[in-house]
Amino acid sequence: MTETPEKKVGIISCSGEECVEGTISRVAARLVLGKLRPNDTVTICLPLFLAGGREEREFARDYPTITVDGCDKICAKVATERHSGKPASSIVVTDLIKGWQCPKLSSRRKLNNETLTVTRKVADKIAEEVDEVLRHWV
Amino acid sequence: MKLGVPSQKVIIIPCSGIGKAFGSISRDATYEVTENLRKETTQTLCLALLVSGDEESLRLVRDNKVITVDGCPLQCAEKNVKLAGGDLASSLRVVDAYKENRHLKPRGVTFLDHDGQQMALALAGKIADKVDDLLREQ
Repeated sequence: MTETPEKKVGIISCSGEECVEGTISRVAARLVLGKLRPNDTVTICLPLFLAGGREEREFARDYPTITVDGCDKICAKVATERHSGKPASSIVVTDLIKGWQCPKLSSRRKLNNETLTVTRKVADKIAEEVDEVLRHWV
Repeated sequence: MKLGVPSQKVIIIPCSGIGKAFGSISRDATYEVTENLRKETTQTLCLALLVSGDEESLRLVRDNKVITVDGCPLQCAEKNVKLAGGDLASSLRVVDAYKENRHLKPRGVTFLDHDGQQMALALAGKIADKVDDLLREQ
């Protein structure tokens, strides 16, 4: 985890190796961290967080977090609530894209162009949530 | 996730790290084995789901041989399989693949670049060899 001066929002993505929505979660989170809101966000490695990573848990307790889960098992949201507190916002990819006119999603390993378009829309949604959290920062 | 996995299956669990190239390499190597090289005899599962205490995931790692593939020295995958009481048969590290392939300089994180993909293939070969060894022992 990077150092956390001033205002930072933690993006906690599920690891989601089993399904393409997990890949969408991770890639969307990376797009927010690296391109859309690089100065406002940091990430937390979920397995380390779950395994008792002290720094990770302290960050999630002291700073607002947005969880991004691929499926309805919502591992990221459950872990954050259990170990650090309620996330400021929670996104579940399968729920989010339900209302969209989505093409058939690609394999979990390599996203095709259509699935990448969906992933970018998920990243935009995360970025909107980051802005919302920062707007209400006390 | 598949139910009723035959006892001969080997479970491959990558570390899930999303902050560095080595985490992406561990995941891609796992996919190469479970989707191509040893499709019939292996499967993966979400590390975060396992660590969350999901009963089916716990059963899978306790009833089958497990190979972990870690991207960083914190070795979350190995530690968490041990904590879950899993049948850990082998632990591989991306850094070892790096030491054997120093000409490769993987940089991409969100999407693996050419060198990252090559390293993932090299690592996948090693995982597949381990799988064969384990199945022979059984």
